[in-house]
Order: sequence, then C-alpha cells, then structure tokens
Amino acid sequence: MGSRVAAPVLDTRRSFRTYLRQTGWRHIVGIVVAVYAAFPLLYILSASLNPGGTLVTANQLFANVSIGSYIDLFNRPQQPYAAWFMNTLLIGLASAAGTVLLGALAAYAFSRMRFTGRRVGLITLLLVQMFPQLLAMVAIFLLMSTIGDIFPAIGLNTQIGLIMVYLGGALGVNTYLMYGFFNTVPTSIDEAAKIDGAGHARIFFTIILRLVAPILAVVGLLSFLGSMSEFVLASVILVDPERQTLAVGLYQFIAQETSRNWSVFAAGAVLAAILPVALFLALQRFIVGGLTAGSVK
Amino acid sequence: MSSDNLRQQALDARRDRRGRQAAQLAAAASGGWKVALVKIAALGLIDAIALYAILVLAAAGDWLVVVLIALVTAAVNVVYFRRGSLPAKYLTPGLIFLAVFQIFVVLYSGYVAFTNYGTGHNSTKDDAVQALILQSQQRVENSPAYPLTVVESFGELAFLVTTPEGEALLGRDGEVASPVDARFEGARAVSLEGWNSLDFAGLVANQGRITQLAVLLSEGGDDGILRTQDGNTAYVYISRFVYDEAQDAMVDTRSGELFRDVGTGAFTSAAGVELMPGWKIEVGADNFVRAFTEPSIRGPLLSVTVWTFVFAAVSVASTFILGLILALVFNDPRMASRKYYRVVMILPYAFPGFLSAMVWAGMMNQEFGFLNVVFFGGAEIPWLTNEWLAKFSVLFVNLWLGFPYMFLVITGALQSIPSELAEAAEMDGARPFQAFRLIKLPLLLVSVAPLLISSFAFNFNNFNLIYMLTAGGPRDVAAGMNAGATDILISMVYKVAFVGADRDYGLASAFAIIIFVLVGAISVAAFRRTKSLEELN
Repeated sequence: MGSRVAAPVLDTRRSFRTYLRQTGWRHIVGIVVAVYAAFPLLYILSASLNPGGTLVTANQLFANVSIGSYIDLFNRPQQPYAAWFMNTLLIGLASAAGTVLLGALAAYAFSRMRFTGRRVGLITLLLVQMFPQLLAMVAIFLLMSTIGDIFPAIGLNTQIGLIMVYLGGALGVNTYLMYGFFNTVPTSIDEAAKIDGAGHARIFFTIILRLVAPILAVVGLLSFLGSMSEFVLASVILVDPERQTLAVGLYQFIAQETSRNWSVFAAGAVLAAILPVALFLALQRFIVGGLTAGSVK
Repeated sequence: MSSDNLRQQALDARRDRRGRQAAQLAAAASGGWKVALVKIAALGLIDAIALYAILVLAAAGDWLVVVLIALVTAAVNVVYFRRGSLPAKYLTPGLIFLAVFQIFVVLYSGYVAFTNYGTGHNSTKDDAVQALILQSQQRVENSPAYPLTVVESFGELAFLVTTPEGEALLGRDGEVASPVDARFEGARAVSLEGWNSLDFAGLVANQGRITQLAVLLSEGGDDGILRTQDGNTAYVYISRFVYDEAQDAMVDTRSGELFRDVGTGAFTSAAGVELMPGWKIEVGADNFVRAFTEPSIRGPLLSVTVWTFVFAAVSVASTFILGLILALVFNDPRMASRKYYRVVMILPYAFPGFLSAMVWAGMMNQEFGFLNVVFFGGAEIPWLTNEWLAKFSVLFVNLWLGFPYMFLVITGALQSIPSELAEAAEMDGARPFQAFRLIKLPLLLVSVAPLLISSFAFNFNNFNLIYMLTAGGPRDVAAGMNAGATDILISMVYKVAFVGADRDYGLASAFAIIIFVLVGAISVAAFRRTKSLEELN
C-alpha cells in the first residue's frame, strides 16, 4: 500500500470530472450508505427527545428537544427500567466473568496438557457448538422450575439461575476461540517458569492469563453483549418485572403500549444502547479480529 | 589440582541442587498455602451446599438425584485433593455446567418430546385429582355462615373463623382448621396472638389472595371447605367431584357420572368429555406422528422449515453482496475520510440487535410508521402484516443489521490479498473487473467461507430479529398452532411452548428434536467438506 501513497499528491489539480470518476462517486455511495445505516438510529434518538410522543409525533425529526422522556422512564412503577438496567448489567457481568474463567481453565488444559480423551473432548466441544443451547429452551424451563420447587434461590425466576444457564453455554462457544489463542503462546514460557519452581496454578494465573489477556477481553465482551441481548431464556426464566432484563422488559413495554409511549420506549432504547455501542466502537478491532479468528480456527 | 577441581565441581553441583530444591520448596510453601486455603474454602463451600441439597432432596424423596449429587461431589473432592489428574482440575468446573445446562437439557428435551407435557398436563395424577376437587367446589345450600376475620403473620394469610357453636378456629390455606384461644368481640373471634387482623384496607389490598384461600374442615376435605368471597363471612363449600379409588375414576356427585382414566392423561367420561387439568403421561411418538401427519401442523411446519432456510441463505447472500460492494468501493487509498464512513457504517452492527428490530418495527408500522407516513406520503403499506411484504421486511432489516459485519470482514480479507497479484494481472492486460472476478474473488471466498457458514448458522436461529420485528406474524390462520408467515423454526418452538394460553411443551420439544436432527445433518455435511477435524492435534 505504501507505494500508492504518492498518487493523490500527483493529481492535486484533477478536474472535477476526474475527481468524480476516481473518488467522488465513492463519496456519493458513502453518503447514501451512511444515511441508510444511521437513519434509524437518528430516528430513535429524535423520538426519545420528544416527551409524551407517540409513533405519529415521532415522524417529525427533532421537532422538539427535551429530556422529559428520560425522566419519565424512571418513574414508571409498572415498568421498572432502573431495575432492568441493573439486572442486565449484573447478569451480563457475572456471566461474562464466569464464561471467561471457565473457558480459560478449559482452554489451558486442552492447549498445554496431553491426556487421554483430549482429542475426543475437543471434537465434542466443536459438535456441541453446533447445537445452540437455545434449542433446549423447553427442557431448560422445566429443569429450572423443578430446581425452583426444591431450591427457590436458584430456580425459576432467579437471576442466579439464569446466570448458571448462561454458564452452561460457556464452554461450547468459547473454548475453541481461546484454545487457538492459547496455542500461540510459546510453551517455552511455561517451561521456564516450571524450571524456576512455579506450580501449574501459578503459571496459569500469573503468567498465561496475562499473556492471553486480549482474548479474555474479547470473550468477556462478546459474552457480555450476548447475554445482554439474550431474550428467549431470560424471558422464560425471569417472571417478575422487577427481575427482568432490558431485552425482556422493553419488549413487553412495546407489546403492551406500542404506539402510545413511543418516546419513553425510545429513551429506554437509547440508554440501553449507549454502553454496548461505546464498548463496541472502542474495541471494534479486537472484536472483529476475535470473531474472524474464532471462525477460521 | 585436577582432583581438587573435580571435588570442587561436585560440591558446587550439590550445593546448586540443594539450593534449587530449597528455592522450590520455599516457592511452593509461600504461594502454596494461600492457594491451599482458597482451595479448601471453596471445596468446603461446595461440600456444604451439596450436603444441604442432599438433605433437602432426601426429605423430598428424590433418591436418584441424591445419588447423582453425592457422586459428583465426591468426584470433585477427589479431583482437587488428589495429586495429579491435572487436566481434570482445569476441566471440571466448565464440564459440570456443560453437562447440566447443555447436554442434559438436550437429552431431557428428547424425553419431553415423548410426553404430553403442556397446559392441562403439567403435573402428576395425584395433583390433577387435588386440583379437580379444589376447583369444582360449590357452596353447600343452606349451610351456616361462619363469621370470619382474615389474619396475617409474616406475609401468610389465614382464616380466624367462629363456628356456629361459638368456637374459634384458625385455618391456614389448604390445611385443616384447628381450635385456638382467640379474643372475641360479641359472637365473633376478632384477633389472635401472633397474628395481625386485617382491616378493610388490608382486605382490599389482598382481595385476590383471600378469595383463593381454602381451609379444610376435616382431613381430606369430605366435610367441606371454608372459603370466602368478601373477607367477612366464610361458607362451607363442597366439591362436585370426588375421587373413587377403587374404580380409579372421578365421580360427579350430582349426576353420578364416571370420568375414568383411559390412558390419555385426563379423566374422560363415556361420552368423551375430558376433565381438565389432566396429568403428564408418556405418549410415545405421538408428537412426531402429529407433526408429520396432521395437515394443520405438517403444513406450517413444512413452510416454516423452508422459510428458515430461505431466510438464512438470502440473509447471508444479501449481506455478503452489499458488504463486498462497499468493501470494494471503500478499499481505495486515494479516497479521503474513509475512517468516518467506516464508523457510521458499523453503527447498525454495534447497536444491540433486539433494539434495532423494535425500532424498525415502529418505523414500519402500517398506520403511523415513519416509512409510510413520511417516505410514502401516507400510503398504508402493510410492511409487517402482509405475508410477502413481511418476509421482504424481515430480509431488508436483516440486511441493515448484517452488512456492516460483512463489510468489516471483507475489507480485512481484501487487504490481506497481496497487491502483486492484481498488479501482475494488470500487466497481463486484464481489465479491472476480470482481475477482480478471476483473482480476488476466489481468494476472498476461500478466506471468508467459514464466516459465511457461521453467519448462516447464526441466522438459522436468529430468534431476536424475527420475534422483535414481526413476532413471526402475520399469523397463519389455517394452522393448528401458533405459527406465522415469517416464523423460523426457533421462534415457532418458542411460540408453541411459551406464548398464548395453550402451551404444548411436548410438541415444542418434538420440533426442537427435529431441528437438532436438521442441524446435525448439515454440520456433518459441512465437516466432511472442511476437514477441520483433521487439523486437531
């Protein structure tokens, strides 16, 4: 690519027609696509700034700018938005942390140790990955309701229960991604540490985990974003509005009063999206790199 | 000299070895005791929880689960306290969750698919008998009224009733009322130590729960049950049905009609009338037979399956093509401010998908949505309610959601194709399009093929988009179940199992098993081609 840098300097005095033919049309395409991509987001931002707005009034973009809907959002006893938000964060963080830990432990074993059943284990994980946990939703619901009859603290309608279910999917999806990355860390590092007298636990927690930190961040982030948008299991397991997540709560909000409180929903959507969008934009290189690496491996 | 040297060397070597051993011991001891403490604390906690679980389960009589938990706990202890078996130490935590919440539940789905589990068939036969007796109560004509005070203690509601003989009884929900020493006001027992009497406001606030309370007058409820409508007076109710153990049937006490257990999971009269609720039974392959032979189920199942494949394939193809075009357009280093376009373009991918679908659902609303009102000048185009337009809308929104990912991935892949290839083609006289089609595209496809497969797999089960945008609708009215034109398999399973009054867990699980088989067949085919298994070492 370096060899081409000189090109723009050479044609600084291009005629407009040449400009249009070379890069100008690309800008036109870019503007069209940018409008297509950003328009719905601008629309929802505008709707959220229009207090008391309905679907109809939302059609006049930015006719009215006020944060009334955002305040209204937190004053609805039927739709406890603040609770949904905290629940989502809590469930997302807990399952992300658990997923990273379980996945890293397993990936370390598969990457660094040779034991009988290793190959079979890897193939099994690969196969399990093909069958999303989601498909067994009926069985998960029945299992959780049985558990809830005996241990109400971890059964149906508890967040711990939901986190446990999410952790069940941790190994299948992420071990492979991590396994590939663990393999890129040279084993000579482990051996050096071993010779210096470090035990396996110390090598894992203080050396390897630091070296694979990028993949841990990617897996943690993907898991956080994933559990944040997860609807099926959350809607099946969490019953009380107070305990639900944003995905379930906002969906029911919309289902109950589609067009009436559109601006309040819009405010909720904007607030819910800020964190994931910010995380994503800040870390997009890692995420896309991680996604690509995981699929190609 | 030389022998001195040798001796000195041997001495040094020994000192080195000693030193190393000492260092090793010290390291093991210093880091070790903390690790050991954490380990013992964690295992102690796990053992305590397991012991508690075992005690509770033993009291409930679930011996199979007790044995399983005991075995697993023992295995965990052995793994972590024994030296060696290092891989197991690292794999056990994840494997336990995997085994319970992924592998067991799949097998359990297999079992549920062979039952009639669902609305009206939720529990055991004993529970069904109990429920039938409770729900068919009617007031005994001309029976005396019992003055009543509703009392509360730690959130539990109970009846404090005064019998016609002037005796005070305390009755908890579902239990036999027992005599107590209450304080009277006139002929009515009004309060009891340890319980708060509810005032009028309390009655109103707990109205729903109070009318559900049922207090037995004697064991088994043969003498009737006390219930109240107003929180002030209780009446004796008696059940219309009684269970006749000898005939294994419910008897209607008024008409004398018999409802027998005929093996369908519900008490059924000679005329074929079923009493609901029934109970859960194993029905063999009934659910699968229904799925494949009953036209009102087979039709929707078939069309939903076809649509699932079409939806996933078209989604992959459309996002790939748009992503490819954009990647080619923006992959020109001469173009200024590409960075900004890039940020705006990946916004749809960064925005949480479930929210995007809801936003689009609002914009596509037939009467008030932005698309119709502003873009199409008030035309009421049924974007989400017409069968074919809804299919188009789903694909269109998925294109919006998915093209940024393809754009990012293809841009990456394009940049990793060496530019010499294109230059060589140019030298040989290839036109730009030829160079692209014959050189870049094949290389590109090789590197993004696995991503296309995983994108297909993702869209195959893209529940959120479908459910949040159209909820699978418009509903197919001819179908014998809750399924619509844009439903994909996974959303159909969800709707059959969890949406609406008529939930059919058995049928939903049968569908899930069918999806498992489909997915399994596809992945076997994919594995055969990709040889990815052989690369494992």
